Amino acid sequence: MHLLEIKNLHVEVDGKKILNGLELSVGAGSVHALMGPNGSGKSTLAHVLAGKADYVVTQGEVLLDGEDILALAPEERAAKGLFLAFQYPLEIPGVATMTFLRTALNAQRKQRGEAELSTPEFLKRVREVAGKLGIEQEMLRRGVNVGFSGGEKKRNEILQMALLQPRLCVLDETDSGLDIDALKTVADGVNALRSPARGFIMITHYQRLLNYIVPDVVHVLSRGRIVKTGNKELALDLEATGYVQYQEEMA
Amino acid sequence: MPAVPQTVDQVRRIDVDQYKYGFVTDIESDKAPKGLSEDIVRFISAKKNEPEWMLAWRLDAYRRWLTMREPRWARVSHSPIDYQNIYYYAAPKKKDGPKSLEEIDPEILKTYEKLGIPLREVAVLERVTPPEGESEQEGNGYGRVAVDAVFDSVSVATTFKQELAKAGVLFMPISEALQTHPEMVKKYIGTVVPISDNFYATLNSAVFSDGSFVYVPRGVRCPMELSTYFRINERDTGQFERTLIIADKGSYVSYLEGCTAPMRDENQLHAAVVELIALEDAEIKYSTIQNWYPGDATGRGGVYNFVTKRGDCRGKNSKISWTQLETGSAITWKYPSCILRGDNARGEFYSIAISNGHQQVDSGTKMLHLGKNTTSRIISKGIAAGRSNNTYRGLVMAHPRAKGARNFTNCDSLLIGDKCGAHTVPYIEAKNSSAVFEHEATTSKISEDTLFYCRQRGLSAEDAVALVVNGFVKDVLQQLPMEFAVEAQKLISISLEGSVG
Repeated sequence: MHLLEIKNLHVEVDGKKILNGLELSVGAGSVHALMGPNGSGKSTLAHVLAGKADYVVTQGEVLLDGEDILALAPEERAAKGLFLAFQYPLEIPGVATMTFLRTALNAQRKQRGEAELSTPEFLKRVREVAGKLGIEQEMLRRGVNVGFSGGEKKRNEILQMALLQPRLCVLDETDSGLDIDALKTVADGVNALRSPARGFIMITHYQRLLNYIVPDVVHVLSRGRIVKTGNKELALDLEATGYVQYQEEMA
Repeated sequence: MPAVPQTVDQVRRIDVDQYKYGFVTDIESDKAPKGLSEDIVRFISAKKNEPEWMLAWRLDAYRRWLTMREPRWARVSHSPIDYQNIYYYAAPKKKDGPKSLEEIDPEILKTYEKLGIPLREVAVLERVTPPEGESEQEGNGYGRVAVDAVFDSVSVATTFKQELAKAGVLFMPISEALQTHPEMVKKYIGTVVPISDNFYATLNSAVFSDGSFVYVPRGVRCPMELSTYFRINERDTGQFERTLIIADKGSYVSYLEGCTAPMRDENQLHAAVVELIALEDAEIKYSTIQNWYPGDATGRGGVYNFVTKRGDCRGKNSKISWTQLETGSAITWKYPSCILRGDNARGEFYSIAISNGHQQVDSGTKMLHLGKNTTSRIISKGIAAGRSNNTYRGLVMAHPRAKGARNFTNCDSLLIGDKCGAHTVPYIEAKNSSAVFEHEATTSKISEDTLFYCRQRGLSAEDAVALVVNGFVKDVLQQLPMEFAVEAQKLISISLEGSVG
């Protein structure tokens, strides 16, 4: 059984068809890159997986560990181990990042019937992962993403991912807006989380990120469905030729 | 995709049905007949064995009240109140009057237990005695709280009285102060809120039944937080409490008031008057957590809270600070104000007003700068959900004499859903050119994207709203005494239940 199985997924937004019979399987331990031109449905897929409202699934199934998650609330999917690193992380003024992390972690643990973490244990874990990502304690005291630079926001996403230990990580254009140093830090953070029990979907427009997080499988998405699947070389081909051929294939 | 239809559904259901404190205590009570007349005023005064001047004062107020009309300028609406269909006095029936806590009706004590109020001195002591090895410092959560509980109209018990007496602090029901310290009550009552002040204050002056009296002597820092819990229990009873706090020169006191009421179909009238007087170099901090019954999902029932609260910074360098967390009542009409009379006096108003369901809030403050170099600060956070309306109404005024007066005002409104309203009505009158008044205001909405972000991390929709709101009100929450901050956070979550899906 695959960690994630998407079968014949059709999705509409405001009556407009965005995903068009998408099929995708991600096994535990593997990293899948999902590439494609603007408007091909990459971010839609990320949001549908996480359960955002306004996306209407007209057909298809999404199985996580064999269980259909489409009827579940976003927080229930999160507790089952689905994590979405946002392209544009939201700001929450007045809520310290540390408070947010703790609330989120304990909310998930509660849903899974696990005990809340003690304060010392929680702090220990946060310090550990924050240290690896070069996140200062001062940043953890600030409001969630408030006044953070683009790089800080993305590092904060990876910090949350590392702390919550999800089974399936969906990274939505995590590389956008990052300079090369920030990109390396974020990639190191992601690579450190690679494990036989965990799967990744990395949504990206550019091949650059894949130099640092090397994927097992690369998919090309066009007009709401996967039109080509290959290994990491496929990403390099795309870099050279662009997406035009795939758009034409569809047309 | 659950969020959208659920949101709509939840907003329709509204949490006010789930009002936590809606239970009725079954005890016999000693009531005056319904309605208001000179006889009722005399009855109340006689019941309390008041001095002659107090009765004359009440009657004066009553006669003025007959000539007055309800104020109409607030953004609230309600059907007419029948003032002749209200009980103006209800006291829990007692044999000879309890001399100690042990003699109090166990039913009443149980009510307080349900409310989580540490009425029994033993319980209070248990709560406030820090475990061995922990010192009694600010921030460790072991506060020192003295409770004066007002059950309907009569103060049933006062704790920590003796310890306060050692410091020379008087903390007692105002009815008792009228027996033991009548000259002091006479000197100060009505000097901040005169009997002719407004319709509800005048009504209160005629029929007030009880409330707290506090006097902190010169140079004394009150050794503990003083706290009063009000609860309306009797059917159709108005609650007219009257509180008078005097901080003598160089003294300090922090006072907290908490309010709840049982669920009733009828509207219950609550018209209180609070007067604060700070003499030279004195400071009064007055905090309120108001959680009266807000009415049901259709807007039926609930408390009408028409309250006049005013502080007089009478002496030089005096300071009065109001902090309020308003989550309850069907209607809130309330403007805790500061008269900055003494030079260099300072007034502060920190407010969180949350409205849900069909609640109507019209609240704010007045900062009247009369003395030189007086300063004031207003931080108001209004949160509107459901079909509620939430108005901030404030006045900042500098008298021609008030050279160098300064005010900073910040009014933020947060909307949850699209059927509620937030309004800001600031009045600014600077009558001298050296006054500096600053006003900032924002209105925002909790975005679906922010809620989705929180939910993706595992928070339920309601926890997400509570988290965002708690962040929004953080600046004001920090002003509440430590012991009540946690309670306040919980109350915020409870009052917003059902505001989103």
